[in-house]
Amino acid sequence: MVSEHSDAEGGETTALALKILVAGGFGVGKTTMVGAVSEIRPLRTEELLSEAGQLVDDTDGVDQKVTTTVAMDFGRITIRSGLSLYLFGTPGQDRFWFLWDELSQGALGAVVLADTRRLEDCFPAVDYFEHRHIPFVVAVNCFAGARSYGARDVSRALDLDPGTPVVLCDARDRDSGKEVLIRLVEYAGRMHTARMLDSVG
Amino acid sequence: MGSAQMTEDMTGAPHEPGSQWYDQEAGPLVRPYAMTGGRTKPGPTGVRFDLIALVTLDVGAPDFDDDTGLGPEHRALIDLCRTETQSVAELAAGADLPLGVVRVLLGDLLELGCVTVSRPVPPAQLPDERILREVIEGLRAL
Repeated sequence: MVSEHSDAEGGETTALALKILVAGGFGVGKTTMVGAVSEIRPLRTEELLSEAGQLVDDTDGVDQKVTTTVAMDFGRITIRSGLSLYLFGTPGQDRFWFLWDELSQGALGAVVLADTRRLEDCFPAVDYFEHRHIPFVVAVNCFAGARSYGARDVSRALDLDPGTPVVLCDARDRDSGKEVLIRLVEYAGRMHTARMLDSVG
Repeated sequence: MGSAQMTEDMTGAPHEPGSQWYDQEAGPLVRPYAMTGGRTKPGPTGVRFDLIALVTLDVGAPDFDDDTGLGPEHRALIDLCRTETQSVAELAAGADLPLGVVRVLLGDLLELGCVTVSRPVPPAQLPDERILREVIEGLRAL
């Protein structure tokens, strides 16, 4: 076995990282939001498609395919030494769905950013997280010039499950982004507790 | 398939989508896995490192400066870990390498005992309430 570092009994000394996804349509402000709350300049990492998608790779190590890369932006918030929150902006294009599976693995929850002028752009993300029972909040990025709708209107238009929080926000604003994240973590905690009670009886 | 002939009509107008000046004959233009000796998966241990798995330099690690067969990319990752414990995603961004490549290289470092890698929170299992509370308070205090 590999010496994986998983000393749960180590308590405070064990570094813990949590992951939150920021999803939504193309150009809705995902990277902006990650940048607004991140303590580090948003970083960009790349995944090679040929390896990520299991689309190829039966040539076993032989580089046959021209690799395409997809970039993911991410940021970090250090809660305290040994506890950090990582935010990942999901790739906007539909053809990168398979990457979402990896991103959502073990995620604490997700923020689905919505633009009321193009609400349908966030349908796929809403569907995705609902089907996988990943806690999410819908954050309506209030673009200047867009007609403002209430949270309830958005909730109805998206046909959200009852209880799914809808928050109005400004993706450029740090405090606003923080508020969205707080709502998400609170909601994720409630979902988790509810599920535990369910499983008990 | 078929003719690998390059067309000469470089009129400047865009060709049909996807057509480019090079073709299959040119071979791959990017060979990211050259750095891993062609390996696309981490070593026999089969560990697939999560994006947020935390990589820590092992204090009891052997001396990396001797001839361990580590490449410059391995060393770059070690240097990044030396500054602070980092996630796999941060290492990939910091070393400017694709994630898949970083995973293979980290597999090597793990086998050599240079680093330890934290196990991410298992799927569908949230950290306990105390941690969530801490996160919320931490966010408020930012």
